[in-house]
Amino acid sequence: MNSEIDTAPPPPPLQDTPPPTKAEARGATRPGDRIFLGLSRGSGILLLLIMAAIAAFLTYRASLVLTENEGNFLTTFEWDASAIPPNFGIAVLAFGTIVSSIIAMVLAVPIAVGIALFLTHYAPRKLGGPIAYVIDLLAAVPSIVYGLWGALFLVPHLTGLFSWLDEYLGWTGIFEWQGGAPRTLLTVGILLAIMILPIITNVTREVFRQAPQMHQEAALALGATRWEVIRMSVLPFGRSGIISASMLGLGRALGETMAVATVLSPSFTINASLLDPGGGTFAQNIASKFSEASVQGRDALIASGLVLFVITLLVNGLARAIIERRKEYSGANA
Amino acid sequence: MAKRIDVSGLTAYYSAHKAIEDISMTVEPRSVTAFIGPSGCGKSTFLRTLNRMHEVTPGGRVEGKVLLDGDDLYGSGVDPVNVRTTVGMVFQRPNPFPTMSIFDNVAAGLRLNGKYKKNELSDIVERSLKGANLWNEVKDRLNKPGSGLSGGQQQRLCIARAIAVEPQVLLMDEPCSALDPISTLAIEDLIGDLKERFTIVIVTHNMQQAARVSDRTAFFNLAAVGQPGKLIEIDDTERIFSNPSVQATEDYISGRFG
Amino acid sequence: MSHAVTTRPLNSARLPRWTPWLVVAGSAAAAAGIGLAAGLDSRIQWGLIAAALFVLVTYALSAKVEGPRHAKDRIATSLVWVCLLIAVIPLASLIYETVARGVKVLDGYFLSHSMGLIADSEAGGGIYHALLGTLQQVALATLIAVPIGLLTAVYLVEYGRGRLAKTVTFFVDVMTGIPSIVAGLFVLSFWILILDFGPSGFAGAMALAILMMPIVVRSTEEMLKLVPNELREASLALGVPKWRTILKVVLPTSIGGITTGVMLAVARIAGETAPVLLLVWGNPLINTNPFDGAQASLPLYIYQQYANSAGSPAAYDRAWAASLVLIAFIMILNLAARGIARWKAPKQGR
Repeated sequence: MNSEIDTAPPPPPLQDTPPPTKAEARGATRPGDRIFLGLSRGSGILLLLIMAAIAAFLTYRASLVLTENEGNFLTTFEWDASAIPPNFGIAVLAFGTIVSSIIAMVLAVPIAVGIALFLTHYAPRKLGGPIAYVIDLLAAVPSIVYGLWGALFLVPHLTGLFSWLDEYLGWTGIFEWQGGAPRTLLTVGILLAIMILPIITNVTREVFRQAPQMHQEAALALGATRWEVIRMSVLPFGRSGIISASMLGLGRALGETMAVATVLSPSFTINASLLDPGGGTFAQNIASKFSEASVQGRDALIASGLVLFVITLLVNGLARAIIERRKEYSGANA
Repeated sequence: MAKRIDVSGLTAYYSAHKAIEDISMTVEPRSVTAFIGPSGCGKSTFLRTLNRMHEVTPGGRVEGKVLLDGDDLYGSGVDPVNVRTTVGMVFQRPNPFPTMSIFDNVAAGLRLNGKYKKNELSDIVERSLKGANLWNEVKDRLNKPGSGLSGGQQQRLCIARAIAVEPQVLLMDEPCSALDPISTLAIEDLIGDLKERFTIVIVTHNMQQAARVSDRTAFFNLAAVGQPGKLIEIDDTERIFSNPSVQATEDYISGRFG
Repeated sequence: MSHAVTTRPLNSARLPRWTPWLVVAGSAAAAAGIGLAAGLDSRIQWGLIAAALFVLVTYALSAKVEGPRHAKDRIATSLVWVCLLIAVIPLASLIYETVARGVKVLDGYFLSHSMGLIADSEAGGGIYHALLGTLQQVALATLIAVPIGLLTAVYLVEYGRGRLAKTVTFFVDVMTGIPSIVAGLFVLSFWILILDFGPSGFAGAMALAILMMPIVVRSTEEMLKLVPNELREASLALGVPKWRTILKVVLPTSIGGITTGVMLAVARIAGETAPVLLLVWGNPLINTNPFDGAQASLPLYIYQQYANSAGSPAAYDRAWAASLVLIAFIMILNLAARGIARWKAPKQGR
């Protein structure tokens, strides 16, 4: 009724049950408890050991072949890993992986943000639920199916786009086309964009859904249109969420193997044009070269896999760090 | 610049549920009108129909008329965006935009409505912050985030933000319920100043507050839970608190229920 | 007050409600006209032209009638719709192609025969050996990953405090992001290259288990956190030891959610190809022993039918049919998992 009551200190909490004794709280007095704790803690430790083993074994095998390598691992444009002595480098793979992932991000992120906004702020209520559900399911379609579709349906349908790009944007050099099959980094980028769209959409949608109602109402009450409400209160709130969602998508794109292996015609050159053959990706190279590789060749592939491992760790770690920081940030303002 | 509000036969729904039924009243310009009543009686819903915020909630819809100096807010061709610039609102919990500075918060509504020169903008921001009795406390840190202020200061910042766009009417939805007594007092003083310039409607749970700040008081009640809320009576605040014409009002005010 | 915002009218010119539909129809017609005139044969280009026209015309109309603010609002709305359509087209096409091309050779014979004596480019044959391989590998992976994942989650939620728990949590997150090919390379490096075993379904299952563990940990953790503390306290207050409380109270309460998580994880790894390619190698014959010798697997079968057949239509047909089976398997798992989640959802959870 009056404001004094509102600010009165809360009564001390009632203690209905006696607090558990210290031994119970530690939960490790009885043999059963000790075994159970040991098992579950052991599993956690096993997980850590697996991670450590991945790093250790990959590094070990890579070191075997890197000491033999005639070429420079970072700058050589060749992959002659089964020869004696071997001569190989990841320059082309790094180029292809980065370029195709950038294309995928440029295409997928804006569209994913658009769909997420559609689902949270634009869709009629009857439409939003089913669409979100379907996008959820699409995130589960295996990459090999995307690869098959990409190779047998998307590739033949891209010749039109390629000749159009060549005709109108060929002068930039990036979109010059010699007329080969459209199985280049641009194709890979487009396919990867389609593949990572669902995951970026899902994460972004979750963030937008949590955008505080009170700030959206504040904007509305100032006479903002729907877009202005989104710009003033939803996007600023969701910015870090969009970034971390994109990073998760990027992690997927960097490590994607089968879809790239089915669609790309790899070549160990670097080409300024995205429409002409040039470049491969780490994962695709491993899958394509594996069956013909000698033991030494496999070690070389493992060395390139180690680089991929480190890159994806960095990208994912960054994404997690951003999510963590956002938690603190929104907690402080709640 | 303050305008009169005439409500007639207003009914509001949440999907199939009727939240308030057949409300008619007049709110005088340059005065403070308080809405009181037990929880769930629809007073906040009614407040939100006065600037077309009710229809923002999914399933929310309204029947009836709300005339602002004779113009129907729900008439055809009326743009809700314009309605909300004309009828400003302050919410229960202070809600400054967390990513904006104090200055940008006050300027937010103005920036929507067109281009201002820089000095013009800072004049209006200063005037609005002075109008909200906040200028002296924040003038040295206009570029700091608004979320760094105390709860009461944040609420006055929200009032400054609302009056910066020069509305005709200011709606306040329990503006003090999240604040401590000293901040509450500051806001109540401010309401007394603001009514010189605006038509003010305030929803409050706190009857002493209604008695202190308002010129007229409307009492809302509902027959039972799940039933629509109704306007029981509206009269001069003194009358309502000393000699109400309906028994239910007296029961509520004397603390017999609610 | 000096400035002149005070006399704002409530009314303002708005476009009628049916305007967007008219613009949609208009731009579609115009795009078809342009497409025909310019001889563009790709319907996708027609669609893109229509979308661009739609956005531009909406903006121009709105800017003229309603002013720049509403025009921006409309352009945002139409762009958001266009985004949805752009995304729907490839995804719908993927599903359509897989179903339409997949049903060609999909029948009982296809499901019950292997590729035994059939060259990759010939017609005939089936996926029995691949189905068998996938089921065995996924089952083995589940057997390895689920106990470890469950126990780790129990540790993190019920016991975990301090440094170790934080480290485990962090690395579980990191593990979620490991590319499947890297997991494959890891098992390759120690199992095949160092311990000198040959390819087998079990080797593939180990890599799949590494991919599955973090998913199981994450989902189980979420579910265990939903179990109200009151339940635990009530049981402990009765003098039940903590490990029995966890086994008899906590896990049964969240079993629905845990099952859902495991099923989603299974669905996730069932489609993995890369580690299987490195560790199981593929085999046209039926190999019922996952611990010895190369095996087939459904996703790998799709890849090999595509890659090793030099463009034979019969092989492509088989690849599509196998894709359809794989997608159906994964979708059924997904739907069943969600069904369980809904059915077993705690009724009065917090």
